[in-house]
Amino acid sequence: MWIFFLLALLVVAGALAVVLLPNPIHSALMLVFTLMATAGIFLTLGAQFLAVIQVIVYAGAIMVLFVFVIMLLNLRAGEGGEESLHRKTGLGQILGIGLAALLMLQIGLLVLTGKPSLLKSIHPAAELEAQAGGHSQAIGLLLYGKYLLPFEVASVLLLVAIIGAVALSRRHLVIGPGRDESTEEVP
Amino acid sequence: MNESVLPMLVPVAWYQVLAAVLFAIGAMGVLFRRNILVIFMCVELMLNATNIAFVAFARHLGSLDGQIIVFFVLAVAAAEVSVGLAIIIDVFRKRGTVDLAAANILKG
Repeated sequence: MWIFFLLALLVVAGALAVVLLPNPIHSALMLVFTLMATAGIFLTLGAQFLAVIQVIVYAGAIMVLFVFVIMLLNLRAGEGGEESLHRKTGLGQILGIGLAALLMLQIGLLVLTGKPSLLKSIHPAAELEAQAGGHSQAIGLLLYGKYLLPFEVASVLLLVAIIGAVALSRRHLVIGPGRDESTEEVP
Repeated sequence: MNESVLPMLVPVAWYQVLAAVLFAIGAMGVLFRRNILVIFMCVELMLNATNIAFVAFARHLGSLDGQIIVFFVLAVAAAEVSVGLAIIIDVFRKRGTVDLAAANILKG
């Protein structure tokens, strides 16, 4: 039980650091920290395979992409490298605080007056995994059986994303009149 | 299973509270920050919060379907990040900044 609170504390502290730190590279590193702590949360929920995937795909691949782009842009202070957090409050800030308060209120109502089964301990999924013979095997059987069509659709989505990323990264792509660079081809 | 190592004494509602707090922090980040890269990271935080909620409910219901959904969330997040970062690089090339106020080409 204490390990959940420790991990939850780490997750919330890391998330706050992502939002509050002015330098984007610090935010990216704190986001890696938060995702690692979330993998620990998955472990306490008995989702070992997802925890490993979280570390490899999220904290590994996706965050490396973030850090790589931050390095590629080589931001200086004037162009978004450092950002002052002390600005006057606008409509977005008021909306944000209202949204967070509404979310907290709903969660409080759920915990206080919701279904009592939510406050009981978590259902042991051990028998479900025991009959399937291992966690990753159970997930694989479900992924390639019941969820085969969504799986294939996800692969098509990833293909479209790859093509889109390549097409957007081409330098000679002219979108609008906001273009102020030369439009020469890049080999 | 690791029931003997980690006794499951935490109610699922507390996991939902953690997910809600994380989602709220991410939403605040999206609304407060001006740097597009950091806003993108806050979107990842929000996706992460939904992942925690999905896995907690999957555990609560004794089913693995929630964990499968998390796989698809991961795939969509990867696609979103690759396209989004390409767009950010393009905006930086055109505007020389990643401040959100500079991305106003579509403003009528």
